[in-house]
This record gives sequence, C-alpha cells and structure tokens, in this order.
Amino acid sequence: MANSDNPTLSRRAMLGGVAGSAALATVARANDPAITEMQEWTQYLGDGVDAAPYGVPSEYEADAVRRDVPWLTADPVSSVNFTPLHKLEGIITPNGLCFERHHGGVAQIDPAMHRLMINGLVDKPLVFTMEDIKRFPRENRIYFLECAANTGMEWRGAQLNGCQFTHGMVHCVMYTGVPLRYLLEEAGVKTNAKWIMPEGADASAMTRSIPLDKALDDCLIAFAMNGEALRPEQGYPLRIVVPGWEGNMWVKWLRRIEVGDEPWHHREETSKYTDLLEGGKARRFTWEMDVKSVITNPSPQAPITHEKGHTVLSGLAWSGRGNIKRVDVSIDGGRNWRPARIDGPSHDKALHRFYHEFDWDGSPLLLQSRAVDSEGWVQPTKDALRDVRGTESIYHNNSIQTWHVRKGGEVENVEVG
Amino acid sequence: MSKWVDTALCTAAFVMCAGPSFADAFGLGRPATPAEIAAWDIDIRPDGAGLPIGQGTAAEGEEVYSEQCAVCHGDFGEGIDRWPILVGGGDTLENDRPVKTIGSYWPYASTIWDYVHRAMPFGEAQSLEDDEVYAITAYLLYMNDILEDDEAVLSNETFSDIVMPNVDGFIEDGRVEIDGMKGVEPCMNDCTDGPVSVTMRARVLDVTPDAEN
Repeated sequence: MANSDNPTLSRRAMLGGVAGSAALATVARANDPAITEMQEWTQYLGDGVDAAPYGVPSEYEADAVRRDVPWLTADPVSSVNFTPLHKLEGIITPNGLCFERHHGGVAQIDPAMHRLMINGLVDKPLVFTMEDIKRFPRENRIYFLECAANTGMEWRGAQLNGCQFTHGMVHCVMYTGVPLRYLLEEAGVKTNAKWIMPEGADASAMTRSIPLDKALDDCLIAFAMNGEALRPEQGYPLRIVVPGWEGNMWVKWLRRIEVGDEPWHHREETSKYTDLLEGGKARRFTWEMDVKSVITNPSPQAPITHEKGHTVLSGLAWSGRGNIKRVDVSIDGGRNWRPARIDGPSHDKALHRFYHEFDWDGSPLLLQSRAVDSEGWVQPTKDALRDVRGTESIYHNNSIQTWHVRKGGEVENVEVG
Repeated sequence: MSKWVDTALCTAAFVMCAGPSFADAFGLGRPATPAEIAAWDIDIRPDGAGLPIGQGTAAEGEEVYSEQCAVCHGDFGEGIDRWPILVGGGDTLENDRPVKTIGSYWPYASTIWDYVHRAMPFGEAQSLEDDEVYAITAYLLYMNDILEDDEAVLSNETFSDIVMPNVDGFIEDGRVEIDGMKGVEPCMNDCTDGPVSVTMRARVLDVTPDAEN
C-alpha cells in the first residue's frame, strides 16, 4: 500500500494506489529525497576513463553472478555452476555469466602453443595454428548451449528454489568461428568416414562422437564469443560449436578432431549422457535438446516486489531443433493459457525472450510457460514426460516448470496436480 | 574468385565434393607428422582400434589401484564421498534407485581403458604406463566379476574377449516415435479436471544454496 513514509514509492503508487488519482492533488506526500537531496554522484567527479580497463558491472549488481550447488559434485574442479537467468534480459548471455562445466578444471592455454590436429580417415592429416584458423572464412552465429543435465535435479520432483538452479545450465552467445567443413575439406575426408571425434586439451581430454553429417552441416570451430576471445572457462582459445545439441558435445580447449567410420563409445556417451528408461534400457546418442521454456521473472530468486496491478512476466524459450514459434503462459497452473509475446531476434537454436503483461489482482498464482518450436515439438508437462521417461533419465528434462506466487509476491518452485 | 564458387557449391553438396579433389581448398595448415599423431591419437574403440601393445593382470592392477585410485573410489570401488562408484549395482537398472557402475552399466570394456588412460588419475592425467592401464582395467573387471581369475592376462590380444554385462542395454534415440510430443495441438482453455493445486514444494527438501537469501 502507498506509504507516505516510504521514499521508494513506485510511480504507480504515486499515481494511483488506494487513494486514487482523483486525490493526487490533495494528499500530502513526503518529498522523495532521491530528488530533493543532493546526491554525491551529482556533486563530485567520478573515476577517470582508465579506472577499469576491462569494465565490470555496477557494485549494485553484485548478486548477478554464477552460483554452484556444492552438494551436487565431489570436487569443484569437476563440477558445474549456473547462469543467473533471473538477472538477465534479452537473449544474449554476458560472457562472465555463462555457466561453467568442467571435468578437469579450467585449462589456461597459451594460444601460441595451441594446435588443432585433424587425423584419422582423411587424405592428409593436418595441424593448424590459431593463426591458420583465423585465415579461413568466418561466420557469426547466435546459439544457445544447454547442458543435457539442465533441470536434471527436478526429475523426481520440485527440489531447487530458483530458475538459476533449475534451468541455469544454459547460455546463449554470438560465436565467431570457422565452419568445421572448411577444415575437414582441407584435410580431405575419405569416403568411408561417418563420424568425427573432437578432443579437448584439458586434463579431462574430453571426447564425444559426432556424426559427420552434423559436422558438415552447421558445426563451427569458434574462437570468439560476444565479440571477444572465448573465456578460458568456455574453452579458450578454441571450442567446437554443435548447434542445438547437448552442451557436453561442444568440446572446449579443442586440440584434435579425429575422423572415423564408427562411434568411439567413450565415457561421456556411455556411462554419462545416456538416458536410462523404466525397464532398464537406456537411450544413447540423444543429441538434440528438446523444446523448453522457463519463466525467469518472477521466480524464487526474483519475487514480485510491487503491489497488485500491472505486472511484467518474462522468460526464455529455446529448441535444439529450430526456432520458437510460440510460447503460452498460464497463471492458474496450466488450466488456462494465453499466448505470450516474443520480443527480440528469433534465431534457430538460440534463446528467445518472451513476455506476458497482465493485471495482477494480488492473489496467489501458479505460473507456467509452454513453448512450441518450428518443427512442431511441444513442451510437455512433468507428468507427461515422466510417463514416457520415468525418473532416472538424468538428462533431457524439458518439462513445464511451475512457480507458486504467494500473496506477498514470494515465489516457490512447486509441482501441481 | 573461383575458390568462392567452389566453396559455395561444395557447401551445398559436400559429399559429392569430398575427397582429394577438394583438398588444399585454402592451402592452410601443414601436414601432421607421424610422431605428432602418435603423441595425441590416444583414443580406443570397442573393436580394439587404438589399443597399444601391452598387458596386465588384476593382481597387478590391485597394487596400482590402491596407490592411485582408492583415495577417491574406495578400496572396493565403492566411491568415497561423491566420487564415482565403480563396482556393483548388477541387476539394479530397473530399480527405483539404480546403481550405474562399470559392471552394471558400461557397455564396452574399451571405455574403461580409454578413460583411465586419458583422464585418470584425477589431477595427473595420462601419467600411467600402458601396462598399468591394462592392469587397472583388469582389476576393475575383476572387482565387477567380469574377469574371474586375478592372474588372467588382459592384453591388446585378449581384450576383445571381454563382454560387458550391459552390452545390450542401450537403444537408439526414440524421442520422435515413442514419446509423442510432436505435432500435438496444445490445449488453451479448461485443460485440467478442475482447479489446480500444489502437490509438492521445493521448500520441503530445503537443498537450495543460499536459501536464506
């Protein structure tokens, strides 16, 4: 409610609130010291241009940071942290906020000492320096990268309070790199080749098997993200970009690509990144990331802090199979839906930003979002997904998230029925 | 200019252009030497491709395992803290809480050799001798009752005799055919049987970091 002692009155409360606009001219209000008192930043000079040669966010944005879940893994060197989705706008993730997943820590590589080798079923095994790679024609592409285990902690039920933790193993940046097909063409792929295997130079020497068709279609060998060199934690100086496919395949610190006629069945495509179903069989090579969305605001880490009235709901949607055709939003736990408004660029295999503006009556809400992609895939309910996958898949949980908004605006991760 | 035309054509139909005729498209990079390839080409496949000459027994592997592996994985492969469990879990894949280990889940023994060699011991990767990797692999198979004799020699020649218990446990991606989440028209109104209510709360578990914030 409007409170005359409150110096942070919202514009809406000033204009309306309980008193109503008719009373605006007659109700005595405290003056806002943000206006009436001289502020130090207005009176005194600020820092000069070189105070931060590489700029950093305002000190008031200190909680817009990656966070981890310590109990998830044995050691931070082989662990994961999460993108603060509730703090972000638009579709581009700032480089310093892109979630991290390492299996042997962050390799710190001198680019002058970095090499990319292509060997195996090629006519001419080749070695490239970073300088060589930057002499190929480049492309700029915006793609999301989602860990296949994103939302994996929620298979058995609501567990973590915050979209950062339930959905934060995703980010979306503009990559600059060279189409992998140029490099493969340079080496000359033999006619019996069917697979490639990227390998990292880090202490985990990460490997995955990727079909040659995908490698020739849209994979990039990237050296930059969002206009600057890759961050060390994202694979500096070189990573492979595998658009729309699970993040584990986007091998960082890329040092080698082997071409072969069969998959390698290495640890990350057998022991890990296979989806155990009820009955004991496991799906393998489940590469594509399913259509998915989540409301980022409000969410448990970003409650509604204003009174009832005009409310902006915001969220993200994406699909590894194309672009997002439509997002629907429900405020009653999935009983009734309204189309959300997608705003900003719509790229294949990239994040999409959606909004739903509505007049909140102050009563509790059960918020959900549901995305449909350009290939006709529809984001399923949690129950529908469990019906076909059970609860032991770990990976590829793209089900509809529910946030419970209480009367006071507090938000909690819940399941509904 | 002609190079650009070639590139465009071959981008559209690469398979037809693949092969020697398209090599040297840009003239970048240099040939890898045999020694360079040997230094980096460490991957092993289920058919044994890539395995170096060498051998080891489970009995030999126990010694190396005790020194190099047990601190994280436990003396019996039971896993310390949250480090991976390596042994056991047989016949649990259909259970409510399956235990996925080398013995119960991994389809190929080659994956053990490849992974131990490329990434273990944690923090000192690629430091084991080939014979040590054979021995550790043999010991892991022995602890999982896949090798019965701890003096049996596992080598590049006997490796293909190993058949893992869960070799037939994997199926291809069936999301399109089976899961039925494509092409359905989403419901917009009165989609549930009456009003919806909360059935489960994350707060009950209270496992969120910084929950007080």
